[in-house]
Order: sequence, then structure tokens, then C-alpha cells
Amino acid sequence: MDEALTFFLLTLASMARVATPLVLCAMGGLFAEKSGIVDIGLEGKMLMAAFFAAASAAVTGSAWAGVGAAILAAVALAVLHGLACITYRGNQVVSGVAINILAAGLTVVLGTAWFARGGQTPPLTGSQRLPSLFLPNAGDNILVYAALLSVPLTWWIVERTRFGLRLRAVGEMPFAVDAAGISVAWLRYRAMLICGLFAGLAGAYLSIGQNAGFSRDMTAGQGFIALAAIIFGKWRPLPTFGACLIFGLLDAMAIRLQGVRVPGLGEVPVQLILAMPYLLAVFLLAGFIGRAVAPKASGVPYVKEH
Amino acid sequence: MTVRRRTALGPLPAWAEIVVLPLVNIALAFVVVGVIVAIIGIDPFHALRLLVLGAIGSSESIGYTLYYATNFMFTGLAVAVAFHAGLFNIGGEGQAYIGGLGCGLAVLALGDVVPGWFLVPLAIAAAALFGAGWAAVPAWLQAWRGSHIVITTIMFNFIASALMVYLMVNVLIAPGSMTPASRAFAASGWIPSMHDVLRAAGIPIAASALNLSIVLALLCCFAVWVFLWHTPGGYALRTMGHSPEAAVYAGTNLKRTTMVAMCFSGALAGFVGVNELMGVHHRIVLDFPAGYGFAGIAVALMGRNHPLGVMLAALLFGALQQGGTELAFEIPSITREMVVVIQGLIILFSGALVHLPRPWLQYLFASRY
Repeated sequence: MDEALTFFLLTLASMARVATPLVLCAMGGLFAEKSGIVDIGLEGKMLMAAFFAAASAAVTGSAWAGVGAAILAAVALAVLHGLACITYRGNQVVSGVAINILAAGLTVVLGTAWFARGGQTPPLTGSQRLPSLFLPNAGDNILVYAALLSVPLTWWIVERTRFGLRLRAVGEMPFAVDAAGISVAWLRYRAMLICGLFAGLAGAYLSIGQNAGFSRDMTAGQGFIALAAIIFGKWRPLPTFGACLIFGLLDAMAIRLQGVRVPGLGEVPVQLILAMPYLLAVFLLAGFIGRAVAPKASGVPYVKEH
Repeated sequence: MTVRRRTALGPLPAWAEIVVLPLVNIALAFVVVGVIVAIIGIDPFHALRLLVLGAIGSSESIGYTLYYATNFMFTGLAVAVAFHAGLFNIGGEGQAYIGGLGCGLAVLALGDVVPGWFLVPLAIAAAALFGAGWAAVPAWLQAWRGSHIVITTIMFNFIASALMVYLMVNVLIAPGSMTPASRAFAASGWIPSMHDVLRAAGIPIAASALNLSIVLALLCCFAVWVFLWHTPGGYALRTMGHSPEAAVYAGTNLKRTTMVAMCFSGALAGFVGVNELMGVHHRIVLDFPAGYGFAGIAVALMGRNHPLGVMLAALLFGALQQGGTELAFEIPSITREMVVVIQGLIILFSGALVHLPRPWLQYLFASRY
């Protein structure tokens, strides 16, 4: 009995660890998506944030400086995305892809130039990492709780505040918002700022919370998985949170499946386990479990009428 | 009066739209690269000189530039064909990987059985088939199940990577080998290298990785041009890209056209495997797509999705890749990933921020008259 409980708790803990960056990233992406901006660049924002978090923590010795730098880096990329999509009405997917590729290259270029470790940052110890808050050595740092809090917060902002109402309106019918005398551009920029803030926290969690340093391409598609979670969650905070938990649970179970022999199939290949989240994302997005409807103005730049 | 002229800026002349605007976009990207290089603490002009010398400074480096350009032509065309259909294929990376698996399996299976004149076209067809097959699944999911093709193709990149690692480590690895690579291809399945061919013709050039796959790439440029602008299928594809409603009204089957566009696109990306595996490595190796699939987006954007433009952009990217490799060799604090940064910035400035310099140019042209 005790063993079962331990197993359950361990799986729960590792699910929370894996799901934290997904939840933070997905809540950020939700604001962008709700405002009508497709954000493929979540991945790049998170990667850049992870790098600057680890780099600042390594240089200053403070994990909090790392968190701050992560937020700044992600917000900078979010503003760049906004500039391209809102002000210059460029293709949002192209802009997101550019940000992802830029982040993948720039993190390695800057990392090599500054630390000369082949794109990695120096290993972080002690105060350079975020400490566990309540359970010793469980990795329950403040960002895990921030992720948990971010869900009701996002729900409250999107569903219960005036800003949230306008945000939803601008994603569905921007001309109506414009006609009501509210700036479409400023609303969308604010959505991008919030998105950058959350993506920054997700990146900081990866490099100074979950891991002890930055390594190249460490986000490994989690930004895209978060995006898949938003779509599967039908652009609503609570179902999106649920989707992130499914991905986290799958990952936690997959880690436990390693080396286990399944009757009739033999040992499960480790590569299959690694590919599981991506396969699940494809499966979920294929609409086999209900179809999702995106915000109507999603991906469409708004041109003010004169 | 001046205020009025500033608000009523006319459209740019056609030649400025086609030539000047793209050049300004790329210039902006390179200005930012220069700033980044300066931040790292290196003189940007010195780096630029090394880059250019590394790319076209010798017959060997020109060979490598053209070899890289071959890959960029394939992936650039792949992205361009999908773009014309209004589809964004970010899965070039995975399609190239699986395409390489296709031609590799064909050569490994039939290498000692059939003669080269039969094997090489067969293996090229296998690369196209496998690449197309890997693109067909996301295409089907988009056309029939309404999944977002951007996300599915990205997921298929990760899945392709996991699948290839599994196959290389567990199935295809050469017996007794420690590194995950297949056994060597039989010589009948090699694509001849350019220096061998030219030496046989009496023109000696330095040895490089450049091989006859570049001829295939040029043929692909031509084939894409013919298909898109001179066949009913290409017309339907472009109509769908411009306006799906109009395409439906004209009797186009959108689902079928989506499949055609993505399969064509995937086949083109799959040819990267031909250049890399049959032309250079002569065995199946891990990670040979090395970002060519993503760079294809930059190539297509810069080439304005036209085969001729893609060809020119691929040459520039080939030069960047080769020059960047030499640069990283000369200056240790600059890594090869600098090329990735340049690619990202080019996608940003000639794709997403393409309208940024337009008002400046419009103002410039307006004030002249």
C-alpha cells in the first residue's frame, strides 16, 4: 500500500515538474491567441529566456536576476513579434518561425562567445538556482506554484475583467472594438507583453529551476506542445491546463516505462517514449476528440478603416 | 502641402518592388548581424571579409558553396511550392530526413543487384516517394481532419528524428560499428562527384562535396516553374493559395490539391537525402538534414517563391553556409550557428517585416518627382 502511494506521489511530482513550463507557456500563448495573434514563436521566446536566465544567474550569482533577465528577453521577442504582426501586418507564422530560428542560433552564438562551452552556460549551483519552497529536494520552486496560480489568474483576467472582454472581442471582431473607440493595436501589444512575461517564466524554470544551466535547444519543442495544448483546450484556460497535465502525465509515465518489458512487444524503444508527446499532439490536433474553433480573427492583421 | 504628399504615397514602381525592396530587407538583416558580431567583440568588416573569402575565395570553397546551395534549392523549392498553395510547410527537415531513408534503403537493398544506371534513378524516386509520404500525413490531417498544418509538420520533424535514431541505432547500424551509421553504399549507388566528372572531361578542379545532384536541383527549379505556371494542376494550386473560395468555384478539389501540393513539396525536400547520402556520405548517417529544412523557409521568402529567385537565394545561402564554416574556423569565438542567426534575421526582415522599409522607399520615390 505504501509502495503504491509512493509511486503515485512520485509520478504526480514528476508530472508537475514536466507540466510547469507547458502550463506557463500555454497561459502566455492563450493571451496572444485570444487577441488574434498566432504565436508559433513561443518556443523561441522560451529558449531565449532560458538562456538569459542561466547566463544572468551564472554571472550575477542570483537566481532572481536570472528570472528578471528571462522575462526581459522573452518580452523583447514578444514586442518584436508584435511589431511584425501588429504594426507592420506581416505574416504571423513567418514571424514566429523567424523568432524560433533566431533564438536557436543566437543562444548558441552568444553562449559560445561569452562562456566558451560549446553553447552551454556554466553549471549553476546554490543561490544561482531557484530553491525548493516546501518539500526538500522535490524541485517545487516558486515557478511551479506560479504555474498553478497562473491558471485561475488567466481565467479571471480573460473571463471576468473588462480587459479580458476586450481581449476576446479583439480576437473575434477587431473592427467592433475599433468602432467602440478602443485601440486594437494597443490591446494586442498588451496581450503580447503578457505572453512574453509567461514565456519568460517558463524559460527561467527550464534553465535555473528544473535544470542547472542552459544547453542548446533545451526547449525541445515544448513551446509547440504548449500551442497544441491551447488548441486542444479550445482556447480556454482550464481545459488548456488539463491538456498540459495530460502531456506532463504522459512524460512522467514514459520515464517510468523506460526499460520495462511489455508482454508480447518486448522492451519499449526509448525513442518511442521520447516521441510520445509529439505523437499525442498530432493525435489530439487531428480532432479525434472533438473539434476546436479558433478565435475568428486569428492570424489576420487588422487594417484600420479611414 | 508637404503633409498631404506624405500621407498619399503612391505605390512603388515594379522594379523597386522586385529588386530594391528585397535588397533593402537583406541589407537590414546584415546590419543587425553586424551589430551582433560587434557585441561579441569582433570587427564586423573583418568577419565579412573572412566570410566572403571563405565562400568564394578558392575553387574548393566555390565547390562547397554550390554543394550547400544544392540543398537549399531543394528545401527552398519545397517551401515555395507549399506557399503557392497557401500552405506553410515547416516539415522540410523531417521530409528530408525520411527522403534520405528512402534513397538509402533503395541503395542498400539493391546496391549489388542492379546496375547504376537503373539504381540511381530508382533511389532518387524512392527519396521523392518517402519525402512525399512523410508530408502526406500532415496534409491529410489538414485536409480531412482540420489540424493546423504548421504544428503537425513541426511535430513530424520531431517524430522523424526519433524514428531515424531508432532505426539507425537498432536496425540499420553497420554490424560491429560503434557509431550509428549504416554500412557503406555500393559504388553503383553513388552520385558522381563534380571533380571526378570534370576531370574525366579534361577540366581539373579542386575536390569538394559538390556532386551531380546540383543538376537534379536545377531540373527541379525548371520542373517547379513548368508545373506552377504552365499546367492546369499548378494553376489550381496557385488559385487555392490566392483564394480557396475562387478555387472551389472553379471546380478545384481543395483536399486533393492540398495533398498534391504537400506531396510535391515533401518530394523536393526529400532530395536533400540524395545530395547528402548518395552524393557525399555514401551511407545513411544521423542528423544529415542539419537545418536545411528550416533554412528553406528563408530561401523561399528571399526568392519571393519563384524558382529563379529560389535559385539565386540558394546560392547566397550556400555561400553563407560555406563562408560561415570558414569564419568559425578562423575565429573560434564565432560558431557556425552565426549562419542560423543570419537565416533567422533574413526570415524576419524579408518575411515578417517585409513592409518595414516600404514607406521609406515610397517617400524616397515620391520626393523625387
